[in-house]
Amino acid sequence: MSQGSTRDGRAPGSPVFRRGMRVLWIAIRTEPWVCALAVLGASLHAAATVGSSRVLGHLTDTVILPAFAEGRTTAAAMAAAAALLLGIGLAKALGLGARRLFAGLMQFRMQARYRRKVARRYLRLPLSWHHRHPTGQLLSNANADVEATWQPLAPLPMTLGSVLMLAIAGVAMVLADPVLALVGFVVFPLLFVANVIFQRKISPVATRAQALRAEVSEVAHESFDGALVVKTLGREDTETARFTEAAHRLRDTQIRVGRMRGMFDPVMEGLPNLGVLAVLLVGAWRLSNGAIAPGDLVQIAYLFTLLAQPIRSFGWLLGDLPRSVVGWNRVQTVLEADGAMRYGDRRINGDTRAGVRVTARDVSFSYEDTYDGAGDGSSGRDLANAAPETAPRTTVLTDVWLDIAPGRTVAVVGPTGAGKSTLAMLLMRLVDPDSGTVTHDGVDARELERGQLAEAAALVPQSTFVFEDTVRDNITLGNGASDTDVWAALRLAHADSFVAELPEGLDTRLGERGTSLSGGQRQRLALARAVVRRPRLLLLDDATSAVDPQIEARILAGLRDTELGATVVVIAYRRATIELADEVVYMEHGRVRDRGTHEELLRRSPGYERLVTAYERAAEERATEVAGPPRRAAADGHHATHEASTTAGTRGRTGRWMGEAHPGRNDGATVDTEESV
Amino acid sequence: MSAPAVTESDGHTDSEGRRAERGARGLWRSSDSAIGTIRRGLRLSPEFTHGLGLTLVFATAATAGKVVVPIAVQQIIDNGIGGGTDQPDLDFVATIATLCAVLLVITAVCSYLMNYRLFRATESGLATLRRKAFRHVHDLSVLTQNSERKGALVSRVTADVDQISVFMQWGGLMMLVSSGQLVVATVLMAVYSWQLTLIVWLCFLPMLVGVRWLQRLLSRAYLRVRERTGDMLGTFGETVMGAATIRAHATEERTARRIDETVLATRKAQVRAQRLSMAVSPVAEMVAAVANAAVVVVGVLLGVAGDITPGELVAFLFLVTLFIAPMMMATEIFNEAQNAIAGWRRVLGVLDTVPDIADPGEAGHQLPRGPVRVRFEHVSYAYPDGPVVLDGADEEIEPGTRLAVVGETGSGKTTFVKLLTRLMDPDEGRVLLDDVDLRDIAFSSLRRRVVMVPQEGFLFDGSLAANIRFARPEADDADLEAAMAQLGLDDWLSGLAHGLHTPVGQRGESLSAGERQLVALVRAYVADPDLLVLDEATSAVDPHTEVRIQRALDRLTHDRTSVTIAHRLSTAEAADEVFVFDSGRVVQRGPHTDLVAQPGVYADLYASWVRSSA
Repeated sequence: MSQGSTRDGRAPGSPVFRRGMRVLWIAIRTEPWVCALAVLGASLHAAATVGSSRVLGHLTDTVILPAFAEGRTTAAAMAAAAALLLGIGLAKALGLGARRLFAGLMQFRMQARYRRKVARRYLRLPLSWHHRHPTGQLLSNANADVEATWQPLAPLPMTLGSVLMLAIAGVAMVLADPVLALVGFVVFPLLFVANVIFQRKISPVATRAQALRAEVSEVAHESFDGALVVKTLGREDTETARFTEAAHRLRDTQIRVGRMRGMFDPVMEGLPNLGVLAVLLVGAWRLSNGAIAPGDLVQIAYLFTLLAQPIRSFGWLLGDLPRSVVGWNRVQTVLEADGAMRYGDRRINGDTRAGVRVTARDVSFSYEDTYDGAGDGSSGRDLANAAPETAPRTTVLTDVWLDIAPGRTVAVVGPTGAGKSTLAMLLMRLVDPDSGTVTHDGVDARELERGQLAEAAALVPQSTFVFEDTVRDNITLGNGASDTDVWAALRLAHADSFVAELPEGLDTRLGERGTSLSGGQRQRLALARAVVRRPRLLLLDDATSAVDPQIEARILAGLRDTELGATVVVIAYRRATIELADEVVYMEHGRVRDRGTHEELLRRSPGYERLVTAYERAAEERATEVAGPPRRAAADGHHATHEASTTAGTRGRTGRWMGEAHPGRNDGATVDTEESV
Repeated sequence: MSAPAVTESDGHTDSEGRRAERGARGLWRSSDSAIGTIRRGLRLSPEFTHGLGLTLVFATAATAGKVVVPIAVQQIIDNGIGGGTDQPDLDFVATIATLCAVLLVITAVCSYLMNYRLFRATESGLATLRRKAFRHVHDLSVLTQNSERKGALVSRVTADVDQISVFMQWGGLMMLVSSGQLVVATVLMAVYSWQLTLIVWLCFLPMLVGVRWLQRLLSRAYLRVRERTGDMLGTFGETVMGAATIRAHATEERTARRIDETVLATRKAQVRAQRLSMAVSPVAEMVAAVANAAVVVVGVLLGVAGDITPGELVAFLFLVTLFIAPMMMATEIFNEAQNAIAGWRRVLGVLDTVPDIADPGEAGHQLPRGPVRVRFEHVSYAYPDGPVVLDGADEEIEPGTRLAVVGETGSGKTTFVKLLTRLMDPDEGRVLLDDVDLRDIAFSSLRRRVVMVPQEGFLFDGSLAANIRFARPEADDADLEAAMAQLGLDDWLSGLAHGLHTPVGQRGESLSAGERQLVALVRAYVADPDLLVLDEATSAVDPHTEVRIQRALDRLTHDRTSVTIAHRLSTAEAADEVFVFDSGRVVQRGPHTDLVAQPGVYADLYASWVRSSA
């Protein structure tokens, strides 16, 4: 929550008040009829409430006091009195019912309308936008922020009714006795001012309490998510301390809220009561002058007790406004977020099932950096104050060139963090490059019609997202594939056997409230999801890492053997996978270092050779270690030296802390370093 | 729930009972009555009742303040202005008004003190409840076993406690004040006229019954709202978390339809609940009108008979307004009370769940430092309602051994390391570290000596340094850099934009899967354990880096025991010894060179590995 925007004044005339009114005006314009009915109900209730005090005053003078004075009454007078009281009660009840019903309707309709808008916007915004914002924040934007925005709609009709009620009451009081009315003109503005002061004081604290409540929840979420780490490192106590700190901050703020509310409630109740006493005092004096009848006195005193509650609705409305404005700003940030992916009107060679020719020319890509000096990266990610244009950026890909002929299988290989997954996302146009172009069959990906690429290509990502849906729907994603096709895809992905064993086969529900799958099963599901679409370009991003090697080999062989004829780009470390490829692209630090066949790269690219022969070399080294004295066979002299010198440079210090726990222990690192040098 | 497993010293108790206990774990709801729940809840957080006596005194005084004005009205009408017939007694009126004003101010102060004290007591009590529940959840093994239940567990320390908080500070307070208000009003009314009091109660009594009935309908309606909202949040979650998948397969339209469905269903449920909840107020207004009419009619008749004064009758009409507000709010209050009790019951349910993997605590054994000897004695394990995943394992790992564990998916190797690190306890048999039963070792000692690196490198939102320091808070940046260098990761570190201070993002998602695993590995290394357990901890790391790390670890841990679930058999080749798992049993064990030479599961696995990697 941004504190700055809620701290400035909240009194009428302040920016928050004006902006809040503008938000409410939008709701009124959007739902004019529902709003009108709610206000109508509120007005009826307001008029009837003031009317009821007048009825009471009238009955005091015409029925009650005469009857007591004369010691007798008539049945007709009694019936009239009862009818009057019941009639005014009915009017009050009807007004109240209509007000509450339509106020709720208006609030819920606006909520639903904006939830749909926000969610649809999420669907349109590019992935790069999604990456900039934490998941939790986007979820709370669609839910809590929308709710907060339209929260003031609940008390709005009541508040409007109260304005009317005060106006009618003012007139009624003046008509009864202008002098007594003066008491009212002192008390009611006082109540109003007390309301405003209270809301001004409590709003920032209440907002803070809300933010702290979210913080408690975040800490719990993260801590429970990382439970395995917490448990295996035995950090339960520090985690509990971290959580308790957050819980105590919330507690202290809540107690502050309580202190303010505790002060406000008696004031709001006490003022009208003091007003009644003043009315009685002044009224007795007016009565002694013969200026008023006793009924007038009773009427005005009764009015005071009736009006105390409606006046509080100003407080409710004012209290909801700051959160509403903050919520609206956040909702607007999403709705107005630009950078939505633009699509052209060109199509990929539609009449063929052959593979797609993919090229990348001079492609560079970077993403917004969340580094903020403190290293926790928590600032600058709020929806309300994101500034993507000025933020520093981290470069992932630099001048990448790629040309993949139709039907070819290309392996992308490179060390951890080289930018391989980002390249796959660019080829699928999940993100657009900062500069350079990606083309499919010669067409710039940005000029393709919406949906064209998804029809022609399929990406199987590193981690699989499973929808809360049946197995079938998780594979077809509504593309209308027949069960036969689904089973064929499952067979190709070697997922048919485990799906067949699920309790309800294709109809088994997956996800949080359904069956959970293992990592390998999820990957095979994702593979089937891609295959069932008969893609002409298949992008596999380490998509079989959790699958047993034997099964992986069979899957990949199957993909090659089918008559799919697709162009395949596979990101992999396993040598068998790489060797299936016609060509290998070797990446390092965001650049394409080399390309060629596996054998060519082995010969001329030392980095590549180091990567793919790592296991063999390790085995050889062990063989020499077993045979001769322990020596490090430095396949890569540069690396060994570099590593050794760094280790040597820090040896003194590491020796200290690694050694303090076991003084007698001689670190392997030390020995090894000396040998290498 | 039965006693924790520690007390079953020999471990050979009936596994049936234990199985049943695991099944019952799903309930997690204390079965106490409402009163019992409250009593136990209060005992758990003594802050709730701290100074409650004085608070109640203030509450009583504050409630008494509610009838000051009706009394003033009655006194002034009857004695001050003489029912409009005599000349008003202005001195009397002034005296009464002043007296009542003083009383109002005093009761207002009491009301403030009551409010504040109540907030302080409840918030302090709830903070304690949160802390206790949070700590307890971390002690439950379900957290590390079943990722699907985590959301529900978070609710135990957040939403459920919030519900209690809302009730105590709004509904509960209202309930206290309102019932006090009704009592005080009734007493005063009875003093004025028992007949009229009876009439007012006769009018409102049916409402109290009706309110209970309506509240039951309402709580069902609210439950529906919560369910629909849950569905809606689910689809929002898919939209956000599945963003890449939705775009890659262009299923935006389909997702939009799903969103519309759940959003509109939520709206429908909300409107329905609103219709029920709003129904009370108009009814209360009508009942009040009936009561007013009856009071006026009967009151006038009584007045004519001389049983009541006009001031008393008018005061009665003021008192009837005190009845309306509690009636209007009664459904909401009952509903909140029900939610709060349910929430409290759920929190207590968590606290009642005996940790099945219990810490022997201070009484537990402290392991001395140095390489660990591991022994499995006839250890079996089966998941509740599942097949046996580990079947009578009898194995020993010598101190300082580098052990590799291999086998196909589902062969029992993960269960083996979970039992070894005491993330679970065996159904039968026992696991011994340095000849001490794992269940007898204090967690403080165990977690320092034995550290596991799970496959998924979970990172906390923060910097790289903060994440590594999680394992060793006293380490400074230079220590961390040294550790990275020792593992041969200095190259990778210097490639990061901000080095150790690089933010890793939520769950570490700013880093690639392989990089997350690297950080997790450094974290475990910095913890400096004597038994290091790696569960496919480098599966997403490139082979060159993996080999280098493996080699560095071999060097650095050469006099420690290490157990590695090997994703790639290169690890098995480098190990001193290999355990080969198949269908819950260790079918082969020995050094790589021996195993590969004899026909069997290992030779097959190895052949297939060589085919795929070389």
